[in-house]
Amino acid sequence: MTAIRPYGDTTDDGMVQLSFTLPVTVSERAREAAMSIARQMGLERPQVVHMKGMGADFTFFVVYGATSVSVEPDELEVEERPFPLLSYQEVNRAIRETLKRPLVVVGACTGTDAHTVGLDAILSMKGFAGDKGLEFYSEMKIVNLGSQVSPEEIVETVEREGGDAVLISQVVTQRDAHLVHLRQVEEALVDAGLRERVVLVGGGPRFSAHQAAELGYDRIFGRGSTPSEVASYLASQLDRLVEFGPHPTTHRGR
Amino acid sequence: MAVKPAFQRPIGRLPIDHEVVDECRHLASEIAGPVDALARSRTTASIERASLRLVGVDGVVEGTEGAEAFPIPNAVVDAIRDSVGLERGALIPFFDAVETGCGDIQTTAGEIARGERTPRWPDGVDYEIALERATNEARHGVDRIAEAAELRAERIASVGDAEKPWFYLIVATGNIHEDIPQAQAAAREGADVIAVIRSTGQSLLDYVPYGATGDGFAGTFATQENFRLMRAALDEVGEELGRYVRLTNYASGLCMPEIAAMAAMERLDMMLNDCMYGIIFRDINMQRTFTDQRFSRMVHALAGIVINTGEDNYLTTADAIESAHTVLASQFLNERLALAAGLKDEQLGLGHAFEINPGAPDQIALELAHAQLIRECFPNAPLKYMPPTKHMTGNVFQGFLYDGMFNLVGALTGQDIILLGMMTEGVHTPFLSDRDLALENARYVFGGATTLAGEIRFDADGDVARRASQVLEECRQMLRKVADIGMFEAIEAGMFADTVRTRDGGKGLDGVVVRGDGYVNPVETLLAERVGVAS
Repeated sequence: MTAIRPYGDTTDDGMVQLSFTLPVTVSERAREAAMSIARQMGLERPQVVHMKGMGADFTFFVVYGATSVSVEPDELEVEERPFPLLSYQEVNRAIRETLKRPLVVVGACTGTDAHTVGLDAILSMKGFAGDKGLEFYSEMKIVNLGSQVSPEEIVETVEREGGDAVLISQVVTQRDAHLVHLRQVEEALVDAGLRERVVLVGGGPRFSAHQAAELGYDRIFGRGSTPSEVASYLASQLDRLVEFGPHPTTHRGR
Repeated sequence: MAVKPAFQRPIGRLPIDHEVVDECRHLASEIAGPVDALARSRTTASIERASLRLVGVDGVVEGTEGAEAFPIPNAVVDAIRDSVGLERGALIPFFDAVETGCGDIQTTAGEIARGERTPRWPDGVDYEIALERATNEARHGVDRIAEAAELRAERIASVGDAEKPWFYLIVATGNIHEDIPQAQAAAREGADVIAVIRSTGQSLLDYVPYGATGDGFAGTFATQENFRLMRAALDEVGEELGRYVRLTNYASGLCMPEIAAMAAMERLDMMLNDCMYGIIFRDINMQRTFTDQRFSRMVHALAGIVINTGEDNYLTTADAIESAHTVLASQFLNERLALAAGLKDEQLGLGHAFEINPGAPDQIALELAHAQLIRECFPNAPLKYMPPTKHMTGNVFQGFLYDGMFNLVGALTGQDIILLGMMTEGVHTPFLSDRDLALENARYVFGGATTLAGEIRFDADGDVARRASQVLEECRQMLRKVADIGMFEAIEAGMFADTVRTRDGGKGLDGVVVRGDGYVNPVETLLAERVGVAS
């Protein structure tokens, strides 16, 4: 495999387009400033094809130029999503056929965080950016506990409702509070003997997927995760839930 | 900048059955009756706090600020709730404390907040004294709301008004001091309305943050100080441009009445204010929302604020073709409840949106049918048209064209308030340049197609007319069903956006209080009187 470059209209021409704004009054000096930015970004032969003042203090540019950098795609390490992305129908079908009962999802924001936006984006009907929330999935039963829920309340709810999946969200955090709060829920589930029986999922804009192991979670969803990704992930864990059978302490069913 | 061609509202272009429209209005009135009655039989913590704010209670408990504020109005209402209860309202116990104390409103509020005074329910002459002071202060507060309308009219007369359609742009940096230069830049490029999006999750806070804030998340906290700063900045740029620039915020969530009061005091011009949005999309208790919406709308009515309703949300959750009639049904309900709270037709920025899947056949014809139908049903309302969001992808080039088609339909159907679409919708909060490009797009389309709106007629047997009639009929059927079982029951049955909400479920029920026999709130009474509705 050989290295490749951006393709404008000829192999290896390296042509890219970009647009940006500089906080400067529109002028020939502004144009030169944009060219200089482009050159410093590594673009050769930059051209400012469009320059427009936006008010007195800003100028917008459209710039073309050639980059000399290249990449060998085969040599890259890429983390593929370890579960397939399923449609709404496929998720419902998987639950029906594998679990043979509704999947019970318990969601909460724990700790001091009063922001349920992330949790609501995943759980509530409205969903996120047109991607419908888990409430919309006919084979799921959603228990949305809202904000500032204690680990003990989460454990109680999982026991009472027969929770299969536990979703913990943290949006606003000071220092590393979001990590502490997630661990507290994990520990409470371990203490109650429930950890192995549930799929434990954390989420929020400050997290990244590779933090799952250190936090003791099955999966962590970071910024921009969608309800259908979460639904697909839960569907990929159904075999595990079947293996454990029903909660000993609860009577399930709708 | 090109001058906008003369705005017109094309009416009578689409052959629709006006008897069906009349029946929809009648049904909406039937449905809204019990909702309005419920609202008049209750008060809420936020209504009492708003009333206190309007008589001059402000500030926060010492050592709290910004998003972590504990406002004194909250502390006072909590203290009254804990001592004498809120069934008879907060103003009498509060003004009793003022009159039996130092006489100063803010000092007394601080004393109550610090627990140095315990409010009581006064009797006999003490009651009369408290009532007299409360009534006088309420009159000043209500006058202050009315003054907002007068001040706005004066400023518009002096600097000049914006021509319609009004281009509505959003800023959302999280920091009011960043928002201001962005809003001023947008105004200079042609924005007529600036909306400052609120920090994520503010609608679920049961208090209003305080002061100038810089730590909002995906939006800037709505605070009275932030309102004041932005209003002043837009007045400044308005004078420079010779065009009054309107300011918008959000009276929704758990603090609708208070935010409305602050908006009035700081002369905001438009407010997002829906009768049902909080219930359906934020899971706020329905009694809370219905009670709060009424008070907040009376404030808006007197302040001359144009409300914007949130019907676009129905289309971001459901399919825009299948659910088109739910938008219209909600508009009839929003209209009815707004009129019941004293708003005038010219203040009803009923919302709808351009959200049909761009892959659907004839989508532009269908969008035209929906937009023109709404124009025909509400000829005197300044309609607010929302751009595509649901089907916007990271393909900013396609997105830019998609927004252009939205502008075209908006121009051809005479929509008054155009929320400009961002090509980076769903990617990140808009860049300064995104807003500028959006204005360029809108100026191009509205400059080129507005006069065309006056020439368009829709064929009585054509697809557009047929589609409009179908949506209107589906709306009638839906309203009939809701009228049959009642509004509360309809929400409990999941008839709106397929979302089930119960009468006693959701957030904020603990702040709802059934008014007792001796309920007194001179702010509410005077407001109702001034806007001409029953208190």
